[in-house]
Amino acid sequence: MTRYISLAVMGAVLLTLPQWLPAVGGYTALGSKVLIYAIATMGLNLLLGFTGGLSFGQAAYFGLGAYGAGMTLKYLAASTPLAIVIGTAVGGLAATLLGPLVMRRRGIYFAMITIAIGQLFYFLMVRWNNVTGGEDGLAGFSRQPLHFGGTSVDLTSTNFYYLVLICFAVAVAVMWGLLQSPLGHTWVAIRENRRRMEFLGIRVERYVWAAFAIAGFVSALAGALNALLFNFASPQDLHWILSGDFVIMIVLGGMHRFFGPLLGVVIFVVAQDYLSGVTQNWMSFIGLIFVMIVLLFPKGILGAFGRGARTA
Amino acid sequence: MELLLFNSFNGLIQGVFYALMALGLALILSLNSVINMAHGGFLVIGAYLAYSLSGYLGFWGALVAAPVLTGIIGLFAERALIRPLYKRSDPLYSLLLTFGLALIIEDMTRTIWGAQGLPLEIPDVLNSPVSADYFFITGFRVLIMAITAASAIGLYLALRYTLIGIRIRAGIRDLETVSALGVNIYKLRALNFGFGCIFAGLAGVLAAGVLGLTPPMGNSLIMPSFVAIIVGGVGSLFGALIGGLLIGLAAGITTTYYPAASEAVIYLMMLLVLVIRPRGLFGEEGLFE
Repeated sequence: MTRYISLAVMGAVLLTLPQWLPAVGGYTALGSKVLIYAIATMGLNLLLGFTGGLSFGQAAYFGLGAYGAGMTLKYLAASTPLAIVIGTAVGGLAATLLGPLVMRRRGIYFAMITIAIGQLFYFLMVRWNNVTGGEDGLAGFSRQPLHFGGTSVDLTSTNFYYLVLICFAVAVAVMWGLLQSPLGHTWVAIRENRRRMEFLGIRVERYVWAAFAIAGFVSALAGALNALLFNFASPQDLHWILSGDFVIMIVLGGMHRFFGPLLGVVIFVVAQDYLSGVTQNWMSFIGLIFVMIVLLFPKGILGAFGRGARTA
Repeated sequence: MELLLFNSFNGLIQGVFYALMALGLALILSLNSVINMAHGGFLVIGAYLAYSLSGYLGFWGALVAAPVLTGIIGLFAERALIRPLYKRSDPLYSLLLTFGLALIIEDMTRTIWGAQGLPLEIPDVLNSPVSADYFFITGFRVLIMAITAASAIGLYLALRYTLIGIRIRAGIRDLETVSALGVNIYKLRALNFGFGCIFAGLAGVLAAGVLGLTPPMGNSLIMPSFVAIIVGGVGSLFGALIGGLLIGLAAGITTTYYPAASEAVIYLMMLLVLVIRPRGLFGEEGLFE
């Protein structure tokens, strides 16, 4: 019962957010950014929290989604839905193709390889100057109005927020469904006891690959939306610093909880937004947040306090 | 031809920095089971300490003192932050903690020494080319090669013949047994972390002499050292050394023909190694798989 109440409250808060957020000192784009990062981290958490694959290079697929969407709008066609689809496909397919290289590794080695692979795409985008804009990022595109039959909807800041919310809802529904399916149960079983799953004859590597690929698609979707939000794709979207941020957001919220990442994102993004406005040394504070979470809240907020929250 | 030689030599110098970083990282990775994301931070500490100390101790004094001090700072960091995490089997936490530490170190460096680049003064003797034909082979660069070779050999001898070294090697194989035999593994891991940081500090001093000092200088060196370890083979110190030199050289050679790809090439090399020989050039089969 509590679950339905919290879901209803969350839905109401998210639906009415553009109406009250400016009143409490926020802005609608911040709301969109929170939802976008929530999509990315919840996708990553399928791999990190539910399958136990320590991916530390997720920003690569997020960034590929961003560049994919941006380049579609800039060079291919003036269509927002097409940009989202292509961005998602580019990042997701990259993860799918690279999956076989990482799926056999475990623990530390898995983390190192995913970090290093992520940097490949970073340098690709930074050095492929004439197409990607290099260090300055990809600019010169903007999200286009949506067309439904005869009517067209202009993607103002508020309308775009609702588009992101729809994507968020769809992604959440799909991920929830996956976790309830045999696939999801197998993931959790792999996290809990990989060797035993191997002895049972489960092809563990394939399931890790599936998690890696799906996490890639979901993160790429978030990246595509992020590029549309700012009408800009930055090399920082691919950088390992962002990968680390994603992971800490997940751990902060609670990595074994379905909605843990969402809570972590809200706190982290708001804190970052606030700190970078009030102090030059915001980076130290972010670093301090990392250290404190690891030492004091390793299970995350939902893991420590959210007794009523459901573990999938 | 001249250009190729020039770029290859430059690449090799870069590779030396990667190799020094990778050696320290690999030591810490093997015994402490920690991916030290703050390793670039310790490099920066070493570099800036050398910058500040060289005013009092001169270049040569700073060259010795800065890495040692970096090692001592590493000891404190290990005691305060890393040690509480050993009992958690998930490597996620040490990774995140050292990541946060890296952010703090970079930001503090910027606050203390300023954001703009600083030069590390090196003696005039070292600045002149040693050969009339090849202007780019300066005394300092020869010194870098010599110091790296000496410290790699020193590390090998220490691991092979000293008591601590033998215990470290044993601990990498089987920490539990070493502990059961009465060795204080907390002390051993702390010392090992300190040794790793000395290598980072040394890389910092030497890199500062060639590249100059900036607060984010560690960021551009830490990722290639990961690649060096993966290419050389996780679990092999010799692999880390060779891996570092190899990717540096590859980047240098690529600079001659297609400069834009000089960074990407080392990651492509890594993918190639992962496809053809997943354990790396000198890695042991089955480790971390």
